[in-house]
Amino acid sequence: MNINTKKDNTALTVFIEGRLDTATSPSLDETLKAQMPGISELVIDMEKLEYLSSAGLRVLLSAQKIMNKQGSMTVRNVNETIMEIFDITGFSDILTIQ
Amino acid sequence: MNEMTIEATVANIETVTDFVNEQLEALSCPMKVQMQIDIAIDELFGNIAMYAYDPETGPATVSVEVEKDPLAVIITFIDNGKPYDPLSAKDPDITLGAEDRDQGGLGVFLVKKTMDDITYEYKNGQNILRIKKKI
Repeated sequence: MNINTKKDNTALTVFIEGRLDTATSPSLDETLKAQMPGISELVIDMEKLEYLSSAGLRVLLSAQKIMNKQGSMTVRNVNETIMEIFDITGFSDILTIQ
Repeated sequence: MNEMTIEATVANIETVTDFVNEQLEALSCPMKVQMQIDIAIDELFGNIAMYAYDPETGPATVSVEVEKDPLAVIITFIDNGKPYDPLSAKDPDITLGAEDRDQGGLGVFLVKKTMDDITYEYKNGQNILRIKKKI
């Protein structure tokens, strides 16, 4: 998995590429926790993400909880497989998906 | 039937995934189904890696069988770790909002929902977890 970030004042966009799974989720978690302080607008771009497992869902949930307190979080460019995972787990109601 | 026995570690999830994908590709498995199976491997082999032998590690065997008419794969995960039936866990409440969610139970729940069948048995000191998916 590759992670790229783009920061513009208090807006942060995180581009994730590859697979967000048990092995790779800790590095997304670390990146987010390091960069989220002071951010009011977080965008997670999944255009190049193949799929995610529950380990990835847990990272998204914890980011969403933090952003609920300090601003907004949007997930965008979600493929069909990922959307189905969000639907099955009820994450489509928790996350703002564009 | 093809099988591999490997140390159950998080780092080896990728090796197991590649091993299974090779066989799925030979069956011209649709990409979406392959990704659902890959996710199931991450959840199930990942659980063995993190919990079965905790705090040590130990081996796991993963086998792939192909069924015809209708075409399906049966993937079996076997470990000699602590007896644990992942199907005994309560399904998470997926209607709760972010603040009320806890972190557990989502993985096996996802596997139950995306695979056609999942069974567990404990036999001869082994956890035997089997998933079946039509392709």
